Amino acid sequence: MAGAGAIGSLYAGHLAQVAEVTVLTRREEHAAALRGGLRVSGRAELTATVRATTDADELGDAELAILACKGTDLEPLAARLAGKLSGATVMTVQNGLGAEEIVARHGEWPLLSAVTFMSGTRHGDAHVEYVLDTATWIGPNRGTTEADAQRVAELIESSGLKAQAFPDLRPAQWSKLIFNATVNGVAALTGLPHDFHFAQFAQLSDLGHLVHDLVDEGRAVATAARIELHDDPWEMNVLATQRGHRHFPSMLEDVEAHRPTEVETINGALVREARRHAVGVPLHTAVYRLVKAKEASYSE
Amino acid sequence: MRICVVGCGAVGSLFAANLARLEDVEVWAFDLNSEHVDAINRDGLRLSGAGDVVGHPRATADAAELPPCDFGIVATKAMHTEPAIAATAHAFKDGCVATVQNGLGNEETLARHVERVIRGTTFPAGKIVAPGHVQWDVKGDTTLGPYDERTPLAEVERLADACTRAGMPAHAVADARGPQWRKVIFNASTNPIGALTGLTHGRVCERSDLRALVSGLVDEGKAVAAAQGIVLDADPEELIDHAAKPEVAYGHKASMLQDVEARRTTEIDYLNGGIVRFGREHGVPTPLNEAIWALVKGVEAAWTQS
Repeated sequence: MAGAGAIGSLYAGHLAQVAEVTVLTRREEHAAALRGGLRVSGRAELTATVRATTDADELGDAELAILACKGTDLEPLAARLAGKLSGATVMTVQNGLGAEEIVARHGEWPLLSAVTFMSGTRHGDAHVEYVLDTATWIGPNRGTTEADAQRVAELIESSGLKAQAFPDLRPAQWSKLIFNATVNGVAALTGLPHDFHFAQFAQLSDLGHLVHDLVDEGRAVATAARIELHDDPWEMNVLATQRGHRHFPSMLEDVEAHRPTEVETINGALVREARRHAVGVPLHTAVYRLVKAKEASYSE
Repeated sequence: MRICVVGCGAVGSLFAANLARLEDVEVWAFDLNSEHVDAINRDGLRLSGAGDVVGHPRATADAAELPPCDFGIVATKAMHTEPAIAATAHAFKDGCVATVQNGLGNEETLARHVERVIRGTTFPAGKIVAPGHVQWDVKGDTTLGPYDERTPLAEVERLADACTRAGMPAHAVADARGPQWRKVIFNASTNPIGALTGLTHGRVCERSDLRALVSGLVDEGKAVAAAQGIVLDADPEELIDHAAKPEVAYGHKASMLQDVEARRTTEIDYLNGGIVRFGREHGVPTPLNEAIWALVKGVEAAWTQS
């Protein structure tokens, strides 16, 4: 497990129940805390025994490597792994597009694509709360087949998390891309968690109109890219707002904490795909530029 | 001549204090802030900065005290127009009421309560520094024009003349929509961008991708103005670039950004919201203004969440 934020910790804690898990961290005190046991609370209650290290050379002969860092940290992480993990299949779970290509540039590993809908909250270096028990979707990429994706999905399922394999992940990946570009962007700009406002239409100025129009632009890009979406992003939005749980998208948390956001790999990726396929996306372009500018307001 | 300033915040105070110095004008100032009202009645209304003035209008927070007036000058924030004119309309049965407020739709609101409405756009600015004391930051012109055929141009000229004599230069014109829409398009295309990103005007303009978004908003506003036959008196694009210069307003935080930082309700409904509404009336699509309107409404909604 490379990266032990909320998502990485959820995978590590669960998978340690059925496999031998080593966690690669950036900070030594983080690794030391994990060696004392990784606690998962919330939807699952368990304490996992994991190995943890800051030295990529100590990862040994892992069969599966899950890169669960934030999109903005993927390039340096993949560079750290270059020349290592020679027997492993590498799986990316980042939001947006392009994670597989970044990793592919740093090694010859067989690759799996994945997106995850589960969410958690870190309560310290060795404690994560399991909040949303939604699935991880996995599909083949370079040098892998659906059977490989299926094997990893089964492993994850056996550990108590939800997972599903797909013959081609792109339809699901694009559904999530459009959903994230829309919901995360609007949340980051307004300060609203993903709640009922995102599906509200009563007034002309209600956000439901904008969210719906953003989803429509995203669908048009997918159509031009010959992607048949697995889930309708608008329905994903409505369902999420009806869950009764006010989810704080990572991009909102990032701007509130004045951290770099995943705007490039999510909104930027969608806008670039639109340009490549000559589809006009004025609203996504506006959201992309505004989030970039908001980042600049605190990062320069 | 008797004039009542309705809403005696910064801009209203500039009109009230200056006009009160004229021999032939009796000025009333209506405002709900009783500390401000008491200070004005006790010590006069003081302006300092771009001009140093002490005027002695009669101030009140009780609309029932207002005598019949020849003119009203409404200077509240746009979201307070309706209650302000509903309370004071009785004083303007035989008079004319001018708006010098920001945004679109104020004239329509006034016209639901009074017979003769004057459309106005004003550029002087300041801020209240203490009850009865306003800092006058910027001098500037005011343009006034009849809202419809019920308002005689001669009356508009009479008010403009009084303002000009009082040190608040004003022009009476037959159609005052050009300056109004120029200012609205400028504000709607820049203020919310500052509010959403946290950037000053100059920093918004030096990011070429963001400047392009500003131009997209300007283009929609111009199209809505053109569809109504409005001729802008200046190109908002030039004014935006001018304001971005270091010696002009590079480091200026838009008032809407200040509102957002202080969690005060913004004037977005009367800026981008106004452009959207007029666009719908005239069949002009305004998708970017709609998006920005919804985003800033979302910002306001976020404050009322836990």
